[in-house]
Amino acid sequence: MDTLRIADVGDTAFSVEFGDTIDPATSAKVTGLRHAIQRARRDGGLPGLVETVPTFRSLLIQYDPLVTGRAALEADIRAIARDCGGAPRAAGRSWLIPVCYDEDLGEDLAALGKAGGLSRDEAVGLHTGAEFMVYMLGFMPGFAYMGGVPAPLRRPRRPSPRLKVPAGSVAVAESLCAVYPWESPGGWHLIGQTPVSFFDLSREPPILLEAGDRVRFRAIGRAEFDAARRDPGLMTPHTLLAGEG
Amino acid sequence: MSQGLEIIHPGLYTSLQDLGRFGFQDLGVPTAGALDFVGLRLANALVGNRPGEACLEISYMGPVIRVAADTVRIAVAGDVRLAIADSGGAPRAAASNRSHRLKRGDTLTVGAVAGASTAYLAVEGGFALEPVMGSLSCYARAGLGPLGGKPPVAGTVLPLRLVRCRDSDDLALRAPMAYGDGPIRVVPGPQKEAFTDAAFATLLESEYRVTSQADRMGLRLDGPPLRHRASADIPSDGLVSGCIQVPGDSAPIILLADHQTVGGYAKIATVISADLPRLGRAVPGTALRFAAVPVAEGEAARRGLERAIERTIAEMTAIPPTGIDLQALYGAELISGMVDAVSGLGR
Repeated sequence: MDTLRIADVGDTAFSVEFGDTIDPATSAKVTGLRHAIQRARRDGGLPGLVETVPTFRSLLIQYDPLVTGRAALEADIRAIARDCGGAPRAAGRSWLIPVCYDEDLGEDLAALGKAGGLSRDEAVGLHTGAEFMVYMLGFMPGFAYMGGVPAPLRRPRRPSPRLKVPAGSVAVAESLCAVYPWESPGGWHLIGQTPVSFFDLSREPPILLEAGDRVRFRAIGRAEFDAARRDPGLMTPHTLLAGEG
Repeated sequence: MSQGLEIIHPGLYTSLQDLGRFGFQDLGVPTAGALDFVGLRLANALVGNRPGEACLEISYMGPVIRVAADTVRIAVAGDVRLAIADSGGAPRAAASNRSHRLKRGDTLTVGAVAGASTAYLAVEGGFALEPVMGSLSCYARAGLGPLGGKPPVAGTVLPLRLVRCRDSDDLALRAPMAYGDGPIRVVPGPQKEAFTDAAFATLLESEYRVTSQADRMGLRLDGPPLRHRASADIPSDGLVSGCIQVPGDSAPIILLADHQTVGGYAKIATVISADLPRLGRAVPGTALRFAAVPVAEGEAARRGLERAIERTIAEMTAIPPTGIDLQALYGAELISGMVDAVSGLGR
């Protein structure tokens, strides 16, 4: 953790940065510090800390300036970062998410594969063969940015975004993969759909993934997809967990 | 019989807000919450509530509300003309920045907010609604919050915790809260180095105006461009209210309560929390100047604001039930015109 830099974000936050790149090693440092901070809080430490927001290469530390101050909190966070320096690997959960890659659900899959010299099946095989790491959530509630797209599937975002991407769409752009939790505009390449809801207030937890989690995808047929869409009880979060850290 | 406030007309944009939905930003859930936390605090104090009780946040033009409870005590913090009518009776003018007791069938008309975009309506005891992810704040873009995460509409009944108001005097602010009119104070960064040296000097030396692109998400400003050294894009990182992000068009946007949790545009500076209530009240056309302060000065300013709020609350005066509302009498001449204007909105 010798590489950290601290940037000012007003009088209620500061950002702990671990470089400028989007990669698994940097992300692991971010989630490692976050988990060490969570442990310190559970032990009653860090009064006035409001919450932490992990992103690709930085951890935003938000605090209440009426309870603590930058000087005291920064010293505590630096000490925690020093202590957890040897064990940056976060203990995230592992998920196995079903995806139907049918043409009407993943409109861009064929073109994306072709651009990388792949057949449709080969493209699906690459996507289901890879392990993804959740770097961060943002853009909208429950939207997880996952790193680990195999090189032949990496392409820049579409030149013009779609105005409506259906909820559950699995999409890729550059080295990142995501599942749209809501219907929304979106510029990523759509390769399939999952019947699993990534945001459901009636469920505990409402939001499936968190930073540091690992995700694999498995291909399912249309019948299984349709059945799970009709009955969300078939695929509860519990059944999708492949393991804990 | 149900106990609630029935919305007859929602006004221009009225939403339920408390101090925000903290604790879920790591999952991409924006905090939302009051644009002006000072106004929220004062409205709650006027009806004897705890500081963070949810209020109706009123934008520009307030709602028309009918009382469907035995009695209820309400207060509006901000410079707003109110009118209260008995069932079937003529409206009588009433003042903001003080509490009022209303009875079943009364109609409260909350008029235009003067000199600001935002005002707050508190009810004694608060609303009997279930928090969503720990908060009653409405984040309309994702439908998060009670009432389906949407602003109330005509016909919505907001349930109340208290069946009738407590037997205590009404309260009034001795004077309206002074929000200050100096430069907006900012802490440089977190990506000051992504901008030219001239850009940061420009931010501190120029006048910017709030454009009409101003909402709960942020204020887009009009003024001299703030140029990046190379690119406006950064690896997305975390945001707070007050961050001044500058997209590729070089025009700054100050983020407010409904901002996304992360963003990929470079941020030249961050407005200190003590000055956020001013921005949450700013109307299009408002001229802004900026001054740079160190973090410690921002923290001290916040403590100073807290003391000012506490002083304002401690100095509230009690109004005996028979007291004459001089402020209301003063405003009476103008009130009927306002009532006509508001009721016209519903047609």
